[in-house]
Amino acid sequence: MTMNRIDQRFAALKAQSRRALIPYITAGDPAPQYTVGFMHACVEAGADVLELGVPFSDPMADGPVIQKACERALKHGTRLADVLDMVASFRETDSTTPVVLMGYLNPIERMGYEAFVRRARDAGVDGVLMVDMPPEEATAIAPLFAEYGLQSIFLLAPTTSSTRAATICAHGEGYLYYVSLKGVTGAASLDVEAVARQLAPLREMTDLPLCVGFGIRDGETAAAVGRVADGVIVGSALVSRIAENAERPEAIPAALKAVLGDMRDALDR
Amino acid sequence: MTKFSDLTRLPDAQGHFGPYGGRFVSETLSFALEELEKVYMSLRDDADFQAEFDRDLAHYVGRPSPLYHAERWSEKIGGAQIWLKREDLNHTGAHKVNNTIGQALLAKKSGKPRVIAETGAGQHGVATATVAARLGLKCEIYMGAEDVERQKLNVYRMRLLGAEVHPVESGSRTLKDAMNEALRDWVTNVDDTFYIIGTVAGPHPYPAMVRDFTAVIGREAREQSLAQIGRLPDALVACVGGGSNAIGLFYPFLEDEDVAMVGVEAGGDGVETGRHAAPLTANAPSGVLHGNRTYLMSDASGQVSDTHSISAGLDYPGVGPEHALWKDVGRVSYVAANDDAVLEAFRELTRVEGIMPALESAHALAHAKVMAASMRPDQHIVVNLSGRGDKDIHTVAKLDGLEF
Repeated sequence: MTMNRIDQRFAALKAQSRRALIPYITAGDPAPQYTVGFMHACVEAGADVLELGVPFSDPMADGPVIQKACERALKHGTRLADVLDMVASFRETDSTTPVVLMGYLNPIERMGYEAFVRRARDAGVDGVLMVDMPPEEATAIAPLFAEYGLQSIFLLAPTTSSTRAATICAHGEGYLYYVSLKGVTGAASLDVEAVARQLAPLREMTDLPLCVGFGIRDGETAAAVGRVADGVIVGSALVSRIAENAERPEAIPAALKAVLGDMRDALDR
Repeated sequence: MTKFSDLTRLPDAQGHFGPYGGRFVSETLSFALEELEKVYMSLRDDADFQAEFDRDLAHYVGRPSPLYHAERWSEKIGGAQIWLKREDLNHTGAHKVNNTIGQALLAKKSGKPRVIAETGAGQHGVATATVAARLGLKCEIYMGAEDVERQKLNVYRMRLLGAEVHPVESGSRTLKDAMNEALRDWVTNVDDTFYIIGTVAGPHPYPAMVRDFTAVIGREAREQSLAQIGRLPDALVACVGGGSNAIGLFYPFLEDEDVAMVGVEAGGDGVETGRHAAPLTANAPSGVLHGNRTYLMSDASGQVSDTHSISAGLDYPGVGPEHALWKDVGRVSYVAANDDAVLEAFRELTRVEGIMPALESAHALAHAKVMAASMRPDQHIVVNLSGRGDKDIHTVAKLDGLEF
């Protein structure tokens, strides 16, 4: 079996001593027909992995920026099945950039685990991060992920105990998503020193790449975090650009590229 | 087939009630829930803690609440005898205070100076603000903007008690959105904040913990039935939104196989119209929301549905996971009462017995009336009168064309 795209990408980055730039956008925001174009724009601006948000009616871990993105996407009826179609369409011209679906478990529960893993694999999805599915609740779906070549991406938080961290490291695949602060997405600013302190013991537990999200808003924060982590994840800063330009979506790819381009330069400097 | 005695040994160590329940939360909250579980497990068998809890229930809440024989109403219906478990007589006017007393004691023991809560009808918010005032805890309440509008009186009560009330404008602007917002607050302020969940839902250990604090209702009702009726009742009836008052009444009777139990959900305009809040009655597929797996009203793509009920307190698309299991194993049957039947029961109890029930509780009354009519006069039904109706006077008056 060939190596998962996520592992391939991180192996390549490691060989070049580079940090991963991982943008998050909500699928279907501001309307479904634009998402695939935005994904390509992110890759052109230097994205290494794409996190594609599956819109959900009750995004409990998200702040107002991503809540509103979900509302815009749902107004156009963007369903999980549509998101999978978007990935398939993206794959027609990009067969190398890893795509991770991020969201909440209920849409997958409704589609059914078997149907979901089959359709996700067929569409070209590489990893799945469900915010409300910690490893303890993933035991039923984990074997299906393995069978269909999908990787389970898990979260680690400042509040995660060392016992839990060991469990999560043992179950995690692809990369670990370290949540930089106690809060929802789009929250204030992160403390790079604290993040560095908390990542250190995790390095002892796992060889998986450690990527940091929450609070990364510009090139400066990206570069600061890039000095201690293997990758940075940027969500609300991009989704805000989408929101500002929701009425003129043709301007969005350039807006996304401007944010990501700064971060790419800062990370590679 | 599950033996009913096995039901009293749930949840399992992971918080599962069969396929339901669990702890589906973002990682930041996992530690807080593990801590809460530890504190709760160590205190629930602690004699001093239980004594303090019982003392508060006696002298602050006013327990035991009476079991009242609604003779005149029973006679009018002309069937079984209806008994009302008078949770409406508790301090703050509903069963919610039993749970908030327990959780606030835990907050105090855990050294958390700040409590938050979600509320629908406002009863849980009032009960939380009340115990917070008494213990000197900072209190913030999340309430859907639509509910803030239809429960103005309770909003003002909470503010008088010193709580800050945040109207929630996102989503459907009702109870589920208030819970989303409370979870967002908790994840941000997890170090100093205790989240007092108001029903038997949410991530483990909440469903079990809220059940245990609320089960005093059923323990009393069981003793009172033996003393006043001379035997156990034939049936128990309670309304079910998240399901805390129903679990509180039912749980101590689980192994009494001859006692039938009926949970009454909010039928809204009628389950067949889709405008309701009755996931169990409607056989909604299982789903995951607010930390647990349960029967959940959602569309085919997994988006949580908007619900409808005349009572804000039952306006919730899910239901406590233990109820989901009780439905599956057949221990409890679940039905729905529609808004118009509920209003009729509200008016009837008020006029015939001089007791004005909360619209939530009137769901149980509406179904008890139907049941009683087909039973014999020597049979007995205990109905949980979970709250009083003062807070609903505006809603009912509006239907009568009156504005205050």
